[in-house]
Amino acid sequence: MINGTVVDLSRVQFAATALYHFLFVPLTLGLSFLLAAMETVYVTTGRPIYREMTQFWSKLFMINFALGVATGLTMEFEFGTNWSFYSGFVGDIFGAPLAIEGLMAFFLESTFVGLMIFGWERLSKGQHLAVTWLVALGSNLSALWILVANSFMQDPRGAVFNPTTMRMQLASFGALVFSPDAQSKFVHTSIAGYVTAAVFVAGVSAFYMRRHRHMDLAKRSFRMAALFGVMATIGVITLGDALGFVAARVQPTKLAAMEAVWKTEKAPMPFNLIAFPDQARRVNHGAVRIPDLLSLLVTHTFTGTVPGIDALERQAARRIRNGIPAVEALQTLAGDPHDAVARAQFEAHKADVGYGFLVQRYAPDLQQVTPQEIKRAARDTIPAVAAVFWAFRSMVAFGLLMLAYFVMAMLYTLRNSVQDRPWFLTLGVWMIPIPFLANECGWLVAELGRQPWTVFGVLPTWMSVSDHSVGYMVFSLCGFLLLYTTFIIIEMYLMTRAIRIGPEAPGSGGQSGHARAAQEAHLGG
Amino acid sequence: MDLFGDLQVTWWLLLGVLLVGLGVMVGMDMGVGTLLRYVGRSDVERRVALNVIGPHWEGNQVWFILGGGAIFAAFPLIYATAFSGFYVVMMLLLWTMIVRPLGFEYRSKIADVKWRNVWDWSLFVSGAVPMIIFGAAVGNLFCGVPYTFAWDMASVYTGSFLGLLNPFAISTGLLSLALSVMMGGLMLMHRTEGALRERARRAAAGGSLAAIILFAGDGIWVRALDGYRLVRSPQPGTLETPLEQIVTRAAGAWRGNFSLHPVLWVVPIVAFLALFGAYLAARTRRGQLGWWCGALAWAGVIGTAGAGLFPFLLPSSQDPSVSLTVWNASSSRLTLEWMLGFAVVFVPIILWYTSWAFWVMRGQVKPEHVAHDEHVY
Repeated sequence: MINGTVVDLSRVQFAATALYHFLFVPLTLGLSFLLAAMETVYVTTGRPIYREMTQFWSKLFMINFALGVATGLTMEFEFGTNWSFYSGFVGDIFGAPLAIEGLMAFFLESTFVGLMIFGWERLSKGQHLAVTWLVALGSNLSALWILVANSFMQDPRGAVFNPTTMRMQLASFGALVFSPDAQSKFVHTSIAGYVTAAVFVAGVSAFYMRRHRHMDLAKRSFRMAALFGVMATIGVITLGDALGFVAARVQPTKLAAMEAVWKTEKAPMPFNLIAFPDQARRVNHGAVRIPDLLSLLVTHTFTGTVPGIDALERQAARRIRNGIPAVEALQTLAGDPHDAVARAQFEAHKADVGYGFLVQRYAPDLQQVTPQEIKRAARDTIPAVAAVFWAFRSMVAFGLLMLAYFVMAMLYTLRNSVQDRPWFLTLGVWMIPIPFLANECGWLVAELGRQPWTVFGVLPTWMSVSDHSVGYMVFSLCGFLLLYTTFIIIEMYLMTRAIRIGPEAPGSGGQSGHARAAQEAHLGG
Repeated sequence: MDLFGDLQVTWWLLLGVLLVGLGVMVGMDMGVGTLLRYVGRSDVERRVALNVIGPHWEGNQVWFILGGGAIFAAFPLIYATAFSGFYVVMMLLLWTMIVRPLGFEYRSKIADVKWRNVWDWSLFVSGAVPMIIFGAAVGNLFCGVPYTFAWDMASVYTGSFLGLLNPFAISTGLLSLALSVMMGGLMLMHRTEGALRERARRAAAGGSLAAIILFAGDGIWVRALDGYRLVRSPQPGTLETPLEQIVTRAAGAWRGNFSLHPVLWVVPIVAFLALFGAYLAARTRRGQLGWWCGALAWAGVIGTAGAGLFPFLLPSSQDPSVSLTVWNASSSRLTLEWMLGFAVVFVPIILWYTSWAFWVMRGQVKPEHVAHDEHVY
């Protein structure tokens, strides 16, 4: 029997390492595009300042990229090391986009990133530009395939369960790749990366302008980032809305948690602007509600309703009762794969087999299942409401804040007056953490909201874990804690140091350039 | 055997190709990491050594990532069973491997002796330890791994982590380390000059000699191990689970395939010849020729292991009859087809642009390069 502590520790480890990895990925996604844009301006206009810009930002890009690559290795290992049942159960489908990501995207990105950094003197202008674009293309294709894989967990399409092998198998590659969740999530997430990079570049440029350093580079970088940022922020909000629309259809429990809707009400339903959800008593405290808005936001009509948690739990209980015979049939088939009665029983109830697994956590022997256990499992189908509700609201608030910031940034930079507004430049620096927080909140909404499933409606999280001891989990958690804490300190130190040193114009022999040369000389041959 | 069976064998071969790619490319970079403090006595020499592989290690590392992804997609039960069963070892592998990108990127960012020494040692650890673990993992396949399956095909590992550190596995671990030192040495020999080049040459010669001895030794040792033999199983190419076969163990069974198909002896012979060629090339200062011999040697060594194990992928010492094979651990036909389509299109493209990247960065890395270019490591 699987140990509940091991399930929790495995979840903590995966969430922590994924959230950490996701600190670096969006900046890579967006900054690679900004680098390509800057270099395109350099190649088309021939003005050296744009070359200097590309080279300076690519230095910061690489500090971030190294940790993104390093922590990405963890993600690839963890499905196998900690979620082995999951990996065996859906590897047939889930593994494919991951492998294609390597073949099509990560190889491209990684091979050309070396040339992007080392190839300035060896490649023609046009070749180097092509290399930079290929890095941007590779990193974005990489996001596409990873999100195709992730979307299978949110809305499993293109797969069937095979009772002979006890595993899921691919039924339609097209359905997997063109899943609406995958498509809208890819665009939403990659554009969130562009927003991140835009805020980062604008913030660092604001830092220089505030101190009257590198004014030409800072003003031009700020302008590009502001224009890029305003478009990207509008895009991210639009696609976020589309994603909510998709979630409403395929993951009603996630939506109910995002909006803290305990009870189904008549349309048009009000929107909880602020609320303090109480999962035990199933009510909201201190709710500030806006009439009619929920129906409008989620269904884009005044007549649509959003099923509340009460209705969703009743539906889950029904599906659990229907799923129990399916799991029992599977247990029979495991002993005798040719049992025709069990096969027919499975076929009749297979749509809810995942719900049968869900109650097995409390009733390992399904013959003995009690109504209380079914009720408990049905309650499990609702994710942690307060966490999802607030993560969602924070993400949206950060998004709107960034939109306001970029609209102002665009106006000021187009009037060429941003450098004269010290308060706005200071704000720009303080904005840098915001997109990172928004990204983390977005991950939490998507993945906490998916609970209690690893594959929504099909495979419960508790079943998916590897059968480790608590000791093993403590060991690996301590290792990650130690390494990752050290890494982030080093990364932040190098990043702030590189920003403080700033761009070193070739031949200008800035103070820092001399200092570095002297230090190198001191280290000697 | 129908198309499904052919696809399974094709994916087994492709996995071999990816492992050779991993050995040759990642092994080379890790060999440079292992040798860094030996070949580079001064900071400039170390930076020269790092910059030889500097433009390429990111791309090379994807052979490892792709290898993992391909096992996940093509043989999901192997990925699930092996990665969770080897938990502690996998964590050590992972932790040493994630230090490596930082070592490359961050080492030369600060001109401080202590800072750089710490990163040089991390590059040593993140070069040597993963190579030993890769080799030891393959060695453990010959010994069998203690696991079994629950009714729902959840794999249950029944051994301890110390069991993975048995003498045979350690010897195969050292073999893979020797091969990686050889490749790293040959690459450095080809692309550097002076004292650094001489030390790289000695390392390459030593690595290839050690690999010859270890490979021969392991070849003799494997006779004494209890091999696995598939006695009865469903027709290859039918959809099956690991619960439908009978497997027995017998000393020397790992030579069964070689007795059945004597032509397979070509593979270890090629490995020996290539290793010997690499050794001679190192002695006669022909780095590039040596590198290609080394690559062929990797193919020969991995091919020998694969030819011996086939059709086994992960034999179970706990319950030999649930051993995972090419026939019972693979993905469904549709997945293998789609994946093959992508591999057929993209692997040649990858080889093409990788070669182009090496061609662009060709020539020797000289101390004056690293002193003046602010983009280098």
